[in-house]
Amino acid sequence: MTDALVNIPETATPGEIIEIKLLISHPMETGFRPRSDGSLVPRDIITSVRCLYGGETVLEVDLNPAISANPFLVFHLRADRSDEIALEWTDWGGVVHREARQITVA
Amino acid sequence: MKRGGVAALAVLLTGPAQADERRSGFDYMGPETQLMQTDDMANPGMLAVQAGMRLWQETAGDAERSCESCHGDAEKSMRGVAARYPAYDATAQSAVDVAGRVNLCRTRHQGAEPLPQEDADLLALVSLIGLQSRGLPVMPDPDPQMSQWRSRGADLFDRRMGQLNLSCAQCHDDNAGGHLGSAPIPQAHPTGYPIYRLEWQEMGSLQRRLRGCLSGVRSDPWPYGSDAYVAIEAYLMQRAAGMPMETPAVRP
Repeated sequence: MTDALVNIPETATPGEIIEIKLLISHPMETGFRPRSDGSLVPRDIITSVRCLYGGETVLEVDLNPAISANPFLVFHLRADRSDEIALEWTDWGGVVHREARQITVA
Repeated sequence: MKRGGVAALAVLLTGPAQADERRSGFDYMGPETQLMQTDDMANPGMLAVQAGMRLWQETAGDAERSCESCHGDAEKSMRGVAARYPAYDATAQSAVDVAGRVNLCRTRHQGAEPLPQEDADLLALVSLIGLQSRGLPVMPDPDPQMSQWRSRGADLFDRRMGQLNLSCAQCHDDNAGGHLGSAPIPQAHPTGYPIYRLEWQEMGSLQRRLRGCLSGVRSDPWPYGSDAYVAIEAYLMQRAAGMPMETPAVRP
């Protein structure tokens, strides 16, 4: 299980621009770092992050080895309907982690 | 009358200046890094706190007890605790830091193995405990036994060490506020440990930070868990008495 801090507002007014924050606990191992014996620590990064608003993809981000450990993403979204906002991120092993929150727009 | 007025003016002038010239390492950071620390949604130290919250409730060892089994809700029982550490433990006849206390609890009450220094789980628990003192003033342990630890810490702080033959005090007292290369030299108030250090890209204890300085002056760092670290921490926390705790702090 990956720890993550997810901040999605619970309520918004129609058309409001909301801020979504995602802080993922992850070492983001580059794959370029040698151990003391000279062998490389294998790459272990989050490869992509996706945001789905009621099933519709509204944001897709590719991450790369230059991104620091515990990546922190902030982005904005226009809230126009009450629905589920889900954040999904895929790790190096291909496992998809998911955090979803319901937003009420009224 | 005039004389009294001058005296009053002198008090007015010197009052605020004398008030407190101590500065947390926080004050030397750029505004972006400060924001990172103050926004709990952006502070990576809060990930350790979140993990600590989970570990707090997990049983460990032969006794099948969790921290919560004895201490209950960490937010209540651990309030202000980290601000008093290092504290004297009469049974161990030694000063212990918060990590040392967690490990004493593990061996004495949980029947579990102590966690190694800088273990992520140990740092997570210490971060959770430290957070419960955030904003509270540092209040050093009044136990009279602590004074010998503090004087040993003071002695180590003033002692020249390593190939560069530098003491802690030569940077952190004599040149605090100046720069070492491009890095500002803080006054060495350990109010935010464990810290999330951007250079480390993970949480670390004061011991790890002290080791950084020890190898910086080209001396051979004491092994992890050495009494010397606890002595220095006891001395530094005495100097920081009254300053607000910041755990989990972010530092560059």
